[in-house]
Amino acid sequence: MNEAIEVSDLEVTFGHGTKSFKAVQGVSFTVPFGQSFGLVGESGSGKSTILRALSVLVRPSGGRLQVAGGPLPLHPPKTFRRRVQLVFQDPYASLHPRHSIDRILREPLEVHGFDRREERILQSLDEVGLPRRYRYRYPHQLSGGQRQRVAIARALVLEPEILLLDEPTSALDVSIQAEILNLLSDLREARQLTYLLVSHNLAVVAHMCDRVAIMSQGKIVEVTDSRHLRTGTFTHPYSQQLWASSQGYFRDPAVLDVG
Amino acid sequence: MTSISPEAPLLEVEGLRVSFATQRGLVEAVRGVSFAMGREKLGIVGESGSGKSTIGRALMRLVPSPGVVTGQKLKVGGKDVLSANERDLQGLRGGKIAMIMQDPKFSLNPVMRIGTQIEEAIRMHRRVTRKAARAHAMEALLAVRISNPERVYHCFPHELSGGMGQRAMIAMMLSTQPDVLIADEPTSALDVTVQAQVLAILDDLVSRRGMGLIMISHDLELVASFCDRVLVMYAGRIVETLEASALSRAVHPYTRGLIACLPRLSEASSRLQTMQRDPAWSQV
Repeated sequence: MNEAIEVSDLEVTFGHGTKSFKAVQGVSFTVPFGQSFGLVGESGSGKSTILRALSVLVRPSGGRLQVAGGPLPLHPPKTFRRRVQLVFQDPYASLHPRHSIDRILREPLEVHGFDRREERILQSLDEVGLPRRYRYRYPHQLSGGQRQRVAIARALVLEPEILLLDEPTSALDVSIQAEILNLLSDLREARQLTYLLVSHNLAVVAHMCDRVAIMSQGKIVEVTDSRHLRTGTFTHPYSQQLWASSQGYFRDPAVLDVG
Repeated sequence: MTSISPEAPLLEVEGLRVSFATQRGLVEAVRGVSFAMGREKLGIVGESGSGKSTIGRALMRLVPSPGVVTGQKLKVGGKDVLSANERDLQGLRGGKIAMIMQDPKFSLNPVMRIGTQIEEAIRMHRRVTRKAARAHAMEALLAVRISNPERVYHCFPHELSGGMGQRAMIAMMLSTQPDVLIADEPTSALDVTVQAQVLAILDDLVSRRGMGLIMISHDLELVASFCDRVLVMYAGRIVETLEASALSRAVHPYTRGLIACLPRLSEASSRLQTMQRDPAWSQV
């Protein structure tokens, strides 16, 4: 078994009856161990919902999910949670404001019964490039980039195999984005991690990922590799449109009349 | 509305400073900024904390207390903003200079219908009948390419998508026919395909009406592709002024760093360049 993530015909429905909304409609893709896979699309396309389904934060209404070689259990044991970790978009919202960095990193270690906690905390700070003296600071004393480093350290301290990244740099300045993306690349290489990266930024995905799925309205319209993403060679018109919009602004009266 | 000669600058700023007294002492968000603009599209670019949004607010005298705005000169369409009293400011804001904020979800009044909000703005600045105001509001909605203005007129902000909300916002800001429009991250909350539409509408209206547009953004590439001229801000100062088409010829290491650290679709690289900040950049 060399697939880290296997998603087949995934469906996620919110609500019931006539008011129900299918956020994900029959999505299938696979990510081999050690690869980095990107999900791109606009808001509402269902890309974050897929991450939530993979981390068992929402329950699928159909389809099959296999993570790390086994079917995704309905009530996953701690051992599963340890192997799959999430990093969220906004480091201002995803860290407990009244917990020190030390406590943020220590808590998952306690929950999962890890030994040598002191050592692991210090090691994880080193790994994400945070000075050890930041250990007893609180999130509000750190900058956005430093907070995102803490969020990454919190995920990595459990030694997961798979990292689900939900727009990890879109709340950051571009100079900080470069640092965080470099850090994520280094960590993937050092730890042989599998990444599933959600982003609306095509350039970020092309930089980070081997293969990419382009999503629109709950469906994957196209799966391609980063080489094709760079050159803009697509089969689906929506991918083409998304790509063209990412090239900056140029006058095109054709896009004007909507609504 | 009084028109001014096309040669005179629409906006003159000299030695603008904005400082905030905090518990830890005086924080200077803007530290001596000077520029002038005519009927052009001017971009102000910088990272968070560089003071770019504070400049936008200072131009409208909307810096919240305890912020203090000082400067040698701050003129909009020949009128002094620094010495203006509250009454003058009422006329200035909307009449001469208007502002579009980042997210229409937070800048439109959530409990007022779109049409009513636009009419309110019109009636603040012009003595017109309700009926005429309504006609103007419809016109404004049509001008931002809303094909069914009647429907949008009766909508509450939450009933509109982000892109439609931002169109409504632009319609409202342009309905009073200001000379200068400040757009503070007007498309950051929007999806890329919608972003293109909103920018096209802004571009079209601003050039057709011969207004001046200040676009404040963190996205250097986007601003360069949209504006005529770009001011690059760092730590409360302008470090470089560039023709938008000459981005590749930027000289300042900060500007060059901003360009270099972006991942690009056009070229693959295994590592991204990171910025080595020089303390001297904020001294100059």
